[in-house]
Amino acid sequence: MKINNNRNSNAIRGSVGYRTTQVFIYLFAGLIGIMAILPFLYVLGGSFATERELYERPFLIIPHEFSLNAYKFILDDGRILKGLLNSIKVTLAGTAVAMALSATFAYPLSRKDFNGRATILNMVIVTMVFSGGLIPNYLLVKSLNMIDSYAALIFPGAMSAFNMVIIKNFFEQIPQELSESAVIDGCTDAGIFFRIVLPLSKPVLASISLFYAVGYWNDYFNCMLYINDTAKQTAQLILRSIVLLASGFDLSGSPIDFGPMGAPPEQAVKLASTIVTIVPILVVYPFVQKFFTKGVMVGAVKG
Amino acid sequence: MKKKHVKKNRIKRYATYAVHHWTLYALVLPGLIYLIVFKYIPMAGLVIAFQDFNPFVGILKSPFVGLKHFRFLFSGRDFVPLLVNTLSISLLNLLFYFPMPIVIALLLNEIRSYRYKSLVQTMVYIPHFISFVIVASITYVLCNEDTGLVNSIIRSLTGTTKPLLSGTQYFRPIIVIQNIWKETGWGMIIFLAALAGVDVQLYEAAKVDGAGRWRQMWHITLPAIKGTIVIMLILRVGALLNTGYEQIYLMSNALNRSVADVFDTYVYRIGVSNGQYSFATAVGIFKGIVGCVMVLTTNWLAKRMGESGIY
Repeated sequence: MKINNNRNSNAIRGSVGYRTTQVFIYLFAGLIGIMAILPFLYVLGGSFATERELYERPFLIIPHEFSLNAYKFILDDGRILKGLLNSIKVTLAGTAVAMALSATFAYPLSRKDFNGRATILNMVIVTMVFSGGLIPNYLLVKSLNMIDSYAALIFPGAMSAFNMVIIKNFFEQIPQELSESAVIDGCTDAGIFFRIVLPLSKPVLASISLFYAVGYWNDYFNCMLYINDTAKQTAQLILRSIVLLASGFDLSGSPIDFGPMGAPPEQAVKLASTIVTIVPILVVYPFVQKFFTKGVMVGAVKG
Repeated sequence: MKKKHVKKNRIKRYATYAVHHWTLYALVLPGLIYLIVFKYIPMAGLVIAFQDFNPFVGILKSPFVGLKHFRFLFSGRDFVPLLVNTLSISLLNLLFYFPMPIVIALLLNEIRSYRYKSLVQTMVYIPHFISFVIVASITYVLCNEDTGLVNSIIRSLTGTTKPLLSGTQYFRPIIVIQNIWKETGWGMIIFLAALAGVDVQLYEAAKVDGAGRWRQMWHITLPAIKGTIVIMLILRVGALLNTGYEQIYLMSNALNRSVADVFDTYVYRIGVSNGQYSFATAVGIFKGIVGCVMVLTTNWLAKRMGESGIY
């Protein structure tokens, strides 16, 4: 992200006071960055620790006794792995559907010559202001017979008006001359879209894909609403029940009676389950991050 | 006669366009169908707030009851606690969360090293990509009374522990802190984008005129993002009754329910769990209307104060 980074390059260097403040700003910014990722480091370190050490040393980033027991437990247990698999399915299918809908919808709307552009754009803006809200949406999904199917997780969130507008604004930035010369060479509308506009829009397509993927991956509420079949539950829902069980609450937030022999799952298992649910989405992030500036900034700011 | 002719010509022109560019209409069609089915049909479904909706009879045959559910909402004993809980969380967010992205963006704007700045940015963005389930899990781990990090710090300072997860007085601060941690980085992007558009020459000119760091910030940087701040504030005020569902639900339990019950969780509990569809929809409409009025009012105020507003 290139922001004013040469602001001071050949200007006056500044006084001692100015430099002291500068050092302070650097330290403070670094501290904020560390605070943002510290909880992850804590969870990551704890997931490799033994139960005893977790109890004795409340603050640990690097465990003294390294242990893979928590991850072994997760592998044997299999519940969270199944949830991860379900989440991957929903995320891949959902992102594909959402991107296909958004990009094809955005292209005609980005063309100034498209008849009906204003009407359809107004229809989109209305949905940004008004919505049916929870209950009518729930009743719709129910009446479409989508309960207990992944369609219920994929469709209600497919195509957000906001993301569609960002893509549309990016398409509008592509120089008109390119498509004009393609038309002269005999290219059709579909040809322009698939061969010129889409390949030139990689930054925005990558960024918006990530937004959709994060949305699907992190979704808890829709899964709780629409999926009752435990075999189809996503990782977020299963993680939730593992953590709650470990904290002694059931899914509705009431205390659980574990009985005379029962015990909540180990602390480390809870931490390891959290890690395996975070990692898949964070793995994608660095590959897409470089597109943020080019993609979303242009789409969002110039809009 | 002539007018008719012109109109006929225009229709003809439209038809020619549609035939010639039929692929554009084919591209727009799936999205349009989606919009109608998943956005406009639920909007029409709001009509059940004025009915005694019975899912077995359907919307068309359920009896209309006028404003019965709205009267019931305002006179019911749930209303005041719900309003207090919802507004407390929203106003605390407005007070403590809202300024954070602006402050951090201003701070990062002072950093000259491009690599250091993008490193810090990457770090503060990360929590945005984490689900509220995980945020809640981490909170549970950190705030646990026996083993949690926060409580062991409190214990070493005071000798006692605090019921952070079940005590009603801790619920709202924890929600706000979660929000600050999760969304500050991401909320900052829009301000950084606005700052990226500032002409570097302005700073150089100000420096030549002897303006220090603070005066540059006050006279150049802040005015550059003032419009963005106002827009974000209007949107935020419009959403005062939307605390979001997931975060609150995930942090609430049997012991802190008296402060954790907000309109969004109430709609879910009454509507989906108890099946009172019409009443829950009425609560949703009430929220929507309040949001609309708030946006219009703040927008009007912003315009009177010489800002551009959102429309």
